[in-house]
Amino acid sequence: MAKLRILYFAWLRERVGHSEEEVALPQGIATLRELIAWLRARHAGYEAAFAEPRLVRAAINQEFAGPDAAVADGDEVAFFPPITGG
Amino acid sequence: MRRISVQAEDFDPGAEIALLQACASGVGALASFVGVVRSDAVHPIVAMTLEHYPAMTAAAIHRIGEKAEQRFALAGCSIVHRVGRLLPGERIVFVGTASSHRRAALEATAFLIDWLKTSAPFWKQEHLVDGSARWVAALAQDETDAEKWLAGGPMSERLV
Repeated sequence: MAKLRILYFAWLRERVGHSEEEVALPQGIATLRELIAWLRARHAGYEAAFAEPRLVRAAINQEFAGPDAAVADGDEVAFFPPITGG
Repeated sequence: MRRISVQAEDFDPGAEIALLQACASGVGALASFVGVVRSDAVHPIVAMTLEHYPAMTAAAIHRIGEKAEQRFALAGCSIVHRVGRLLPGERIVFVGTASSHRRAALEATAFLIDWLKTSAPFWKQEHLVDGSARWVAALAQDETDAEKWLAGGPMSERLV
């Protein structure tokens, strides 16, 4: 079973309730889009975090990634709001 | 020469410019930008917290710096970004560039700060006078500002 390390930042972290976790993925989840759908069904905090997908950005192994990017065993996936640095 | 620093402590803009000049000898132009925590009568805040993604931040800034060097023929650039809790009036970010001529240095400085605002993983949270806190929403204008430099697509993709 594939394992992922998932990080959450800013208000996604607050809504999910923790900053990082390791998850064992069920079969059939191959992309970020599928991962998000699976997370949303886990509990209300995830549903609140991902309720507005247009406000969510992601990175896989520290590189920005879009919804169709593939996730694989051992990846570090990060979810965060649009960037507000500078 | 490319200097990247992500740090909690303050920086000295004059010292940063001097360092850039010392490491990029023979150049004719040094340009810089300093961002400061703003609090005014229209939107007063008590403090601001800068959160970031430590494993990704420096690498993302290096990529932005590399793009600027390729595009503007820079002899060097320097980016210092603070994280943690900052008070109004405190410096947040320094961008400095060195080039043979002023136009490249000035344009590269604008390019770097525009890209930092949309492509380096920092998030601002404002602490308000009533004790509440709110995450700053990204401005569509910031993405427009960054993308105006691009021939291709945006560096950070949307999820929808």
